Order: sequence, then structure tokens, then C-alpha cells
Amino acid sequence: MIALVGRELALRFGRWGGVVLPLLFFLLVASLFPFAVGPEPRLLARIAGGIMWVAALLAALMPIDTLFEPDRADGTLDQLAARHVPFEIVATARMISHWLAFGPLLLLTVPVAAALLALPAAAMLPLIVGLAVGTPALAALGTVAAALTTGLRGAGALAGLLVLPLALPVLIFGAGAMGDGPAVAGALKLLGASSLFLVALSPFAAGAALRASLE
Amino acid sequence: MHRFANPARFLKIARVATPITALLGLALLAAGLGLGLFSSPPDYLQGESVRIMYVHVPTAWFGMGGYLFVALASAAFLVWRHPLADVAARAAAPVGATFTAVCLMTGALWGRPTWGTYWVWDARLTSMLVLLFLYLGYIALANAYDDRERGGRAAAILALVGVVNLPIIKFSVEWWNTLHQPASIRMSGSSIHPEMLQPLLLAALGFQLIFAATVLMRMRTALAGQVIAARAARLAGAHG
Repeated sequence: MIALVGRELALRFGRWGGVVLPLLFFLLVASLFPFAVGPEPRLLARIAGGIMWVAALLAALMPIDTLFEPDRADGTLDQLAARHVPFEIVATARMISHWLAFGPLLLLTVPVAAALLALPAAAMLPLIVGLAVGTPALAALGTVAAALTTGLRGAGALAGLLVLPLALPVLIFGAGAMGDGPAVAGALKLLGASSLFLVALSPFAAGAALRASLE
Repeated sequence: MHRFANPARFLKIARVATPITALLGLALLAAGLGLGLFSSPPDYLQGESVRIMYVHVPTAWFGMGGYLFVALASAAFLVWRHPLADVAARAAAPVGATFTAVCLMTGALWGRPTWGTYWVWDARLTSMLVLLFLYLGYIALANAYDDRERGGRAAAILALVGVVNLPIIKFSVEWWNTLHQPASIRMSGSSIHPEMLQPLLLAALGFQLIFAATVLMRMRTALAGQVIAARAARLAGAHG
């Protein structure tokens, strides 16, 4: 499995576009809002955290059609199946590499977006902690959606339709963790719980979907 | 259950069951809505708008129940590979989606005079909206593949993943402090006056039978479509 993760990461970082595009997309979405709602710093500061969560959600969707589809098209998945590598392991490896290629770099990009959106300094830490806890859940959902839509034309739009409703709890708890008072710790724990749950569930769903895609 | 997985046997039963459930459902619905709309008393707080409940509550129940049916049929399809289970799940999804949409719309119409707004981002309302999106995602995924079997498998997995939403809807009014009122009908009894409860239960039974009849009709249509397609393919082969 470690070999699979390594291979995937090497492939992904080998083509910088695959890694950088979602981050650029994240920054672009974040910088659209000042134009849409007006550049007034007080308003921006109030909604900056939520904007960044939505932008992160959309950016996490971007690599979905490159998660399994190239491997299915060139026969790598068939090879793995022939060597009796369980699809659950393949899905787990893909989920981990998807997150490694996206999550940490996203956290590094957040301060830039925060500057663009006039995010108050006090809100920075909760946002980063929340995103660190929440992005594995987004990676898990993305892996399931990618496995369900391998081999489809126009998979990206459909994957969005599948991921976004299921990502709603993550968004709700993530936004809750940015408030103030005692509710923050609770929201953060719930965010962690949904993240753990989705990470535990997704290899089985994605594995079953991959098996179905090869039959 | 496996006995009924045979399409021929299913069709034989469904041919009889469809008109019975449809007519009985319409009759019960007419009785329930007739009583509810004309002879049940108005609510002392909500006035006449309480009558929306006779549509809103049953459609909510069977919007959720329909999803449970889709999920169970999907599980049966994934485990035992009964093609009929796939037909059943696909047939039920648009019906359940319609019920969910009707529930959301009647709720909005009721909320305008009662809460003063069509929509609030309350846990119950939001989770019900997610249910509608799950239905739509299921339908889109099931029809996205050229290979019917493959689309059915993918959509079935999605249906099972989406089941997590059902307990969230059910318990949303207890876990969170919501604007939507908690359940009035429980195992231990009901806090609704009998004069309102009776029409509600009649309407609910009617809606349920109509749900079943619609699903049966859609399943028969789907099976007939498969027969026609197979026959057309055979004819094309014979002439080709």
C-alpha cells in the first residue's frame, strides 16, 4: 500500500499541473467574492472563513476525474486486480495520496487567501485547524465519487452532484468551528467525528465501486 | 424474497396488485383528505393552515421510506444480483424524489404564514433537502452509464452510502434545537387530537398505497421495455 501511495504521489507531483491547479482554483474562487459582494473589509472579514470552506470544497472536486480514470483506461487497475490486490487497499492508497497532494498544500495557501479576504488574525487558527481536520473527509468523499464515476464521460459534473450533498455536514461543522465560545470545541469534535467516519467508510464503498467498474 | 425475484412471477402478482393498490390508495386518500380538509377542526394556533399537514406529513414519511426502500433494494441487488431489485430501486427513486419535493414545497407554503418565511436553514429542512439531492444524484448516476448493469451497481453503492442521512433527518429535531417541531406521533402514543389524527393516518395509508402502485406500474413498464428491447435485438439478429 505504501508503494501505491508513493507511486501515486510521484505521478501527481511529476505533473505539477495536477497539484497546482486545485490550489490556483481555490485562490481564484476566494478572490471572486470581493468582486461579487464588494471589497468592504468588514463584510469580507465576516464571511471570509465560510468562503474559504466553500472554495476548499470546490477545489477538492477538481482532481476527482484523475483519481481512478487514468488507471482504469491504461489497465493499471486490471493489473492490480490480476495480482489480487484488494480494491479496498487501492482505494485507501488513493485516498491517502489524494489528501497528501491536496490537504497540506491547501493549508499553506490559506494565509494567502486570508490576506485577500481580510480574514481577522484571530480566526486564522480555527480555520486552519478546521480545514486540517475536515479535508480528509473531503478526500474520502472525493475518492468514493471518483470510483463511482470511473469510465463515464462528463464524470466531473456528476461527481460534484454526488459529493456536495454528502459534504454538507463537513461544511456545517467546519463553519461552526469558526464561531466563538464553547460551541467551537463541540463543532470541532463533530467535524473530527464525521471526518473519521467518512475516512473509515469510503475505502469499502470505493472498493466495491471499483470492483463493479471492472466487471 | 427470492421467490419473488423471478420477473415472470413478479409480473403475475403485480398485474393483480397494481389496480388494487391504486384504487384502494385513491379511495383512502380521498377519505383522508376529505376529512382533513373539510371536517377536521382548524388548529387553535395555526388556524386553517394546519390542513397542509395532511399532505406534508405523509409525503415526508414516504419520501424517507422510499429512500429506505431504494437502499434495501440496492443492497439486495448488490448482494444477490437480482436484476429485479435494480428495477425496483430505479422505479422507486423518482417517486420518492417527488414525494420529498412535495414535502419540501408544502412545508414552505405552510412556513410562510406560520413561521413568516418560506425557508430557514434548520437541521430538519436542510437534511430533507439533502435527501432530495441524494435522490437526484442516484437517478443521474443510474442513468449515466451506457451499460445498464454497471449504472445500477454504481447507483446502488451511492444509495447505501446515502443511508447515513436518514437517521440525521429522523433525529435532527432532537439533536439540534430546531424551528421544526419534534415528532408528535411516537411509539408511546400521539399528542395529536384524534379528530386530526384519523384523517392524517388515512391520508398516510392512501399515500403509501399510491406510492406502491406507482412503483409497481413503473416496474412493469421497465420490464416491458426490457422485453421489447430483447425482442427487437432478436429480430434484428434474425434479419441481419
